[in-house]
Amino acid sequence: MAIFVDENTKVVVQGLTGSQGRFHGLRNRAYGTKVVAGVTPHKGGQDVEGIPVFDTMDDAVAQTGATASFVSVPPSAAPEAILAAAAAGVKFIVCITEGIPAHDELIVYNTLKSNWPECRLIGPNCPGIISPGRCNIGITSGDIALAGGPAGIVSRSGTLTYQALNELSTKGIGQTTCVGIGGDPIPGTSFIDCLAAFEADTETKAVLLIGEIGGNEEEKAAQYIAEVMTKPVVAYIAGVTAPPGKKMGHAGAIVSGTAGTAQAKMASLSSAGVKVATNPSQAGDIMAEIVSAF
Amino acid sequence: MDLFEYQGKQYFKRYGIPVSDGGIAATVEEAVDQAAIVGYPVVLKAQVRVGGRGKAGGVKLASNQDEVVRNASSILGMDIKGHKVHRLWIEHATDIKKEYYASVTLNRSEKCNMIMLSAKGGIDIEQVAHDDQNAVIKLNVNPLEGLSLDQARQTAEEAMLDAQAIEQTALFLCSLYRCYTEGDCDLVEVNPLVLTTDDKVHALDAKVTLDDSAAFRHEEWAEFDQDEDSDPREIAARQKGLNYVGLAGNVGIIANGAGLAMSTLDVVSQAGGEPANFLDIGGGANADTMAAALEVINSDPNVKVIFVNIFGGITRCDEVAKGIVEALSRVRLNSPIVLRLDGTNAQIGRDILEDHLSENFITVPTMLGAADKVVELTKEAM
Repeated sequence: MAIFVDENTKVVVQGLTGSQGRFHGLRNRAYGTKVVAGVTPHKGGQDVEGIPVFDTMDDAVAQTGATASFVSVPPSAAPEAILAAAAAGVKFIVCITEGIPAHDELIVYNTLKSNWPECRLIGPNCPGIISPGRCNIGITSGDIALAGGPAGIVSRSGTLTYQALNELSTKGIGQTTCVGIGGDPIPGTSFIDCLAAFEADTETKAVLLIGEIGGNEEEKAAQYIAEVMTKPVVAYIAGVTAPPGKKMGHAGAIVSGTAGTAQAKMASLSSAGVKVATNPSQAGDIMAEIVSAF
Repeated sequence: MDLFEYQGKQYFKRYGIPVSDGGIAATVEEAVDQAAIVGYPVVLKAQVRVGGRGKAGGVKLASNQDEVVRNASSILGMDIKGHKVHRLWIEHATDIKKEYYASVTLNRSEKCNMIMLSAKGGIDIEQVAHDDQNAVIKLNVNPLEGLSLDQARQTAEEAMLDAQAIEQTALFLCSLYRCYTEGDCDLVEVNPLVLTTDDKVHALDAKVTLDDSAAFRHEEWAEFDQDEDSDPREIAARQKGLNYVGLAGNVGIIANGAGLAMSTLDVVSQAGGEPANFLDIGGGANADTMAAALEVINSDPNVKVIFVNIFGGITRCDEVAKGIVEALSRVRLNSPIVLRLDGTNAQIGRDILEDHLSENFITVPTMLGAADKVVELTKEAM
């Protein structure tokens, strides 16, 4: 098993005719993902290397039976694209778009929650999700993942997600699913959502959590782990040496005072029984130890 | 982007939020002129993008020209927590009966907006909030519904504001909320929000943080760009569209993605090195971005070694490789480069670079190995 997506997931790429959408949409298909359609307004009827393009999400879903969407459109168009996917009945949306205004993310989050509570949004500003050997939606390079489990990965950072995959794969530790939830202030899916799914997934035996400075999502995850999780969790938090009060690129990664510092997050994860690494390689080493005991 | 108080007040005025009229002065002479225009007594306020200026002596009253000259001379050029005072905001002094506190910001935890209001505003608000949790009333606002006048009124009542301030504060909060949402702010804060002796509610200060991601729909923000407080390295990087933070060490760092960049800083520090900067070339960076990043790092005289750490996702390693080749042809690099390249199109990227490798440009397959190599080279260079 995998969480959220598998070999049966049928994906529409919103923005397939754009350069990023085309590049990554085709890479996702080459990986084996069922990429069944693209959507670009006014370009319906065209195709991208055999993938049919539709004007609207409604048309794409009606014609192809798509179950998921990959949103790869500019920040000004992304909120509308996400809501159009939800309105068309898609239950799983990955949005990689970076730079969506915070107020728009807030409107999208609350509109989904109120109108389509069954719909899950991953991102925005995330690398996407990969269930190795089954489905890859987003911008992760599929060749760095290793199929077969037993580890699950959830990460708030983009590139560190790849680093995490790489650390596990090079040590021969496969992944069930790797979810990059994104570093924006209002992520559609939280650490806890993913931890709960991994806890329920029989194939996943341990979870690697990659966090970063800012906000309190890691602290909330720590509380959830202490109260609910039975599976071992390894964590790495980026930004130990980040200077306080400096904005480090993600709107979310702002340290103010002691709240949200790497040290505070590492301490609360540690006290929840999580094994906390000081760099991504060490996280891989700790996971290797855990896995060897299964 | 954080606004200066005077810019924040201009922004408030767009949304009908009551502020004092005033003027800006960069010299003592201009301060004298502005004071004459707004009328004595006046208040002179240091314009810095940092809190605590009142306690630092950056806010002073003046009831005549001599006092303006004396106070403007002492405040202009003052250093407040590392921020130099280049300008004063001068407004007619307000007769204050009460000082309140009001703000709107994002409640990340609850995924909504949050209003905070207190009857005990002023320079000690953080202490007040710390000592008495009930002193600051918090109201979560559903972004789909917005703030109603009734909710705002109820919040003002709960905060135990003076009776004559309730209705005005309710209207004030509605305007402030509109400024926050329509104005695409991450934060709007008014401390103090005052009740004047003639019972008017009025914003005596304005702290506004704009959401940089929304700049594409706010052409009017262009006038707010002012770089004078920043590190010159940061200004150069910003002009090239790079996300850069200057630090004190000697290892220049370039990575793609904020998380990997932060992790690179961590790993270099753990290996015994000291990062000279944080530089995230962002997602989807191309050859130009990479070349620009190397130029920025190269212009920093403290840098002894450059660590380029790339894990391609949306960023393609072939583009990164082309950028490095281009930078090598464009500028003479002062320091050796240690490169770690992985991810999307990594092999194509490595092939492009193969002919360019030398003792001053080496690749290391892992992040930790690269960090160790960087530290070793830094020690040799010192």
